[in-house]
Amino acid sequence: MTTTTATPRTLPAEWRDFVELTKPKVMRLVVFTGLCGLLAAPVTMHPVLAFTAVLCIALGAGAAGALNQWYESDIDAVMKRTRSRPLPAGRMDRESALHFGVGLGIFSVLLMGLATNWFAAGVLAVSILFYVLVYTVWLKRRTPQNIVIGGAAGAFPPLVGWAAATGQADLLPLLLFAIVFLWTPPHFWALSMFVRSDYAKAGVPMLPVVAGVGATRVQIVLYSLPMAAAAVAPWPLGLAGAVYGLAAVAFSLIFLALAFRVLVNRSAEPAEMKPEKQLFAFSILYLFVLFGALVADKLLMP
Amino acid sequence: MSAPDPDTDEIRRRQRARAIVMGLALGGFVILLYFITIARMGAQ
Repeated sequence: MTTTTATPRTLPAEWRDFVELTKPKVMRLVVFTGLCGLLAAPVTMHPVLAFTAVLCIALGAGAAGALNQWYESDIDAVMKRTRSRPLPAGRMDRESALHFGVGLGIFSVLLMGLATNWFAAGVLAVSILFYVLVYTVWLKRRTPQNIVIGGAAGAFPPLVGWAAATGQADLLPLLLFAIVFLWTPPHFWALSMFVRSDYAKAGVPMLPVVAGVGATRVQIVLYSLPMAAAAVAPWPLGLAGAVYGLAAVAFSLIFLALAFRVLVNRSAEPAEMKPEKQLFAFSILYLFVLFGALVADKLLMP
Repeated sequence: MSAPDPDTDEIRRRQRARAIVMGLALGGFVILLYFITIARMGAQ
C-alpha cells in the first residue's frame, strides 16, 4: 500500500464522492440478500425495526467498501475498472475516506444493536472486519485463494438479516451463508478471467493471473457443483418449499451449464470469453432469483 | 475590493452542499430514532 494519491488536491470532496466510496452497486446485492434473510426468518419484525436492520446492513457494507477503497487506492489507480474512484482520481484525501469508513462502520453496528439485538450487531461487526482485515489487508495481495476465503465477507448479510429478526443463527441462514460463500469464487473468477491483465498490472494474485485460465476454468466448475448442492439443499431438508426448490433446481442447472461452457472454452483472449461474460452476468441474476424465490416461497406457502 | 477567488467559491459551494446533506442525514436519523423508540416500546 502506498500513501500517495494520483493528483494533489486542495478542494474538499463532493458529498457524491462519499456515496461512491460506499460501492453502491455492490451494496444492492448485499441489501437484497440481507433483506431476504430477514424476510425468510420465522419471525415478523416491526416494519421500522426491519427497515433499520436493512439500513444498518447497507451502511455496514458501505463502511467496508469505503475502508477497502482507502486501503487499495494504489491498486485502484492502475486498474481501468477502478481508476476513476474518488481516491485514485484525486477527488478525496485518504484521511477523509478513513474517517468516513470507520465512523460509518461504528455507527451501523451501534444502531443495529440498539434497534434490533446485539447478536446481529456482533455478526455485522464481524462481517465488516472480515472484509477489511481478512480479505482486503491480509489475503487479497498474498494469495490466489483471496476471494475463496474473502468471499465469506459477502456471505454474512443474510445471516445478519436473520439474526436481526430472531436474535440467533439457525440452519437455513447458515445454508444461505454457504450458498453465497460458494457462489463467490465462480462469480469473481469469471470476471477476473476477462480483466486479468488489469489484475496482473496491479500485482493482485487472482487465480487466472497466477494459475492460468485453464486451471481457473476447472476451479469454476469445482466450486459451482457444491454451490448448486447448497442452493438446492433447503428444499429436501424441509427448510423451504417447492417454489424455492424448483427455482433453485432450474437456475442451478443453468448455472452449471454455463460453468461447463466456460470449462470447454479454450480461448485466453478476453474478446473471445463470451461464456465467462455470460456466467458472470448470470451469476448476479442467479443470486437475486434464489433469494427472491426463498421469500416468495415463505409468502406463498407459509 | 478584490474579486472573489473562484477556488474559494468552489470550496464554499462544496462545503454548503456537504452541510445540507449532513443536515438531512442527521434530521433523518433523529426521526428514525423516534420511530425506533416507539416500536421498541410497543414491543415491550
